[in-house]
Amino acid sequence: MMADLPSLYRQMLRIRRFEERCAELYSGERIRGFVHLYIGEEAVAVGVIDRLTPDDAIVATYREHGHALARGIAMDAVMSEMYGRTQGVSHGRGGSMHLFHAPSRFYGGNAIVAGGLPLAVGLALADRMQDRERVTACFFGEGAMAEGEFHESINLAALWRLPVLFVCENNLYAMGTALARSESETNLAVKAAAYEVPSWSCDGMDVEAMSHAAERAVALVRDSGGPVFLEARTFRFRAHSMYDPDRYREREEIERWRERDPITIASTRLIERGLMDQEALDAIDADVTSEVDAAVAAAEAGTDEDVADLERHVTSGGVRP
Amino acid sequence: MTTMTMAKALNAGLRRAMERERRVVLFGEDIGRLGGVFRVTDGLQKDFGEHRVIDAPLAESGIVGTSVGMAMRGFRPVVEIQFDGFVYPAFDQIVSQVAKTLRRTDGAVRMPLVIRIPYGGGIGAVEHHSESPEAYFVHTAGLRVLTPSDPQAAYLTIQQAIASDDPVIYLEPKRRYWDKGEVDLDADPFALSPWHARVLRPGDDVTVACYGPMVRTCLEAAEAADCSVEVIDLQSLSPLDIDVVAASVRRTGHLVVVHEASSTAGLGAEVAARVSEECFYSLEAPVLRVTGYDVPYPASRLEEHFLPDLDRVLDGVDRVRAF
Ligand SMILES: Cc1ncc(C[n+]2csc(CCOP(=O)(O)OP(=O)(O)O)c2C)c(N)n1
Repeated sequence: MMADLPSLYRQMLRIRRFEERCAELYSGERIRGFVHLYIGEEAVAVGVIDRLTPDDAIVATYREHGHALARGIAMDAVMSEMYGRTQGVSHGRGGSMHLFHAPSRFYGGNAIVAGGLPLAVGLALADRMQDRERVTACFFGEGAMAEGEFHESINLAALWRLPVLFVCENNLYAMGTALARSESETNLAVKAAAYEVPSWSCDGMDVEAMSHAAERAVALVRDSGGPVFLEARTFRFRAHSMYDPDRYREREEIERWRERDPITIASTRLIERGLMDQEALDAIDADVTSEVDAAVAAAEAGTDEDVADLERHVTSGGVRP
Repeated sequence: MTTMTMAKALNAGLRRAMERERRVVLFGEDIGRLGGVFRVTDGLQKDFGEHRVIDAPLAESGIVGTSVGMAMRGFRPVVEIQFDGFVYPAFDQIVSQVAKTLRRTDGAVRMPLVIRIPYGGGIGAVEHHSESPEAYFVHTAGLRVLTPSDPQAAYLTIQQAIASDDPVIYLEPKRRYWDKGEVDLDADPFALSPWHARVLRPGDDVTVACYGPMVRTCLEAAEAADCSVEVIDLQSLSPLDIDVVAASVRRTGHLVVVHEASSTAGLGAEVAARVSEECFYSLEAPVLRVTGYDVPYPASRLEEHFLPDLDRVLDGVDRVRAF
């Protein structure tokens, strides 16, 4: 499936521009609730998802706008969900943290840290039992590795040899908690390897490096039928959420990482290789910006759930004897 | 008297408890350097040190379970759960260990443990960040459950909870964190027991029993009502102080119970059953519940419809009188 650098660049820019707009809309109170921006980490979702087939499944976290967009879920459906509109990808019921779209095999954001990991193992087990050769890619932050669910899940996947690609997005901070204050073993690939799972790390700021690492990882899951653990070393440029005053990171640290902005790395390379000039880059930006404009317009024009429907789908009442 | 927010009053109460007893230690996610998401533990790590205000990784079950061991050795751990919806990974520890150790050891091992949980909605958040899980804990024998409704009550009850030899689930109404009130910082926290309901506003026609975030709403409703409404803050959800409610109902003959949590098998159901056992013949109408609906907490655009508000409380008061 490997796309070329121009299209990887475009995917990253779509996520970046989408989320920058979300931040503005949040300040303007058009979007409410919780919003966790992925800005700075775009290369991870784009690099990995590019290597999956549409049949492969994805499980993500509350920081999942990028994954949903990279999976190909329409931007206006994602933006409408941010607004809580019925036109949203989860009919307005999930919001920013619970984008969900089974037809795209996008099995959700998840507001509970590590909450998505066990269900990813279950998706893979279902595939295995139905003889479908598919991969389930499960994204989570390094903070999730301290939760019991991480350990239960990776052990089950290894024990039962299930095709799960565990992608740890190590952005070095779980809210205000730095990696070294969270993990006894800060080399996360070493920790995962203890479960007899092939594990390695890669540069999560360079979309090409990310893409190559993902290619190898996905191929190994497919060939071996068992799990692989990939640690993407990355950084979030913004605060943890729109609530977080971000008092725990030094400005210099953020600035140092910003110098490795995945979008700048890719655009510089596009120019250096003569694949694109500034004009072409600007054209992509303009294109992406109008896609975002259209998504916002759709969300603005959307409708809220009728209060009378509040009790719909609490239970299904379904029976299948 | 000092004017302060509930969050500040809790901070002051925690500080007092830590000064009083060396074995009070705080555990939680980002409670030290960051001072907690709601800043309730702000400054405590700086003043008491990293060994008494302990930043833990994301591991709710591990944090509560570790506190069980600490409590067995005579420490008095105070755990902060970041939001209501994140207590569930620790539910096993709470129900299977925290609640049962005293009885299992026939009284040999006490569990002087406090689990602080910001709870309830009204801040434009969503599921996991707006839930009211009190009934799970009230249903579990062996736990005590407290919830303050104003800064003064918060200042005193957090100290009383920490002093309790029994485990206390301490539910903090998060949307009231920023409400201000007068606090007497010199008040003796041990002058009064916290395990009582409080009559906050006397009245003759209808009794409204409520707690936590709904207390302010009910007081406002009582002000606006065209009859005389008595407002009772239950405060101690377990043990439940039904005597104060029954005494009120014997005078008013009408009872409305108000809470944010869903209706089915909630505190309203328990209060209604107990009141009908206590003073059935004083009731002039069935006990009415004004609560959240039996649905998962909705998206922020709908939460104002989900949460009981002044109008719904007044409607409850009218209906119970019109019966
Ligand atoms: C069980 C649980 N505990 C606490 C939280 C609150 N919380 C949300 S995200 C987060 C930090 C998670 O960090 P990490 O897993 O590294 O992912 P990142 O946010 O950095 O992408 C915390 C503490 C939660 N959502 N779920």
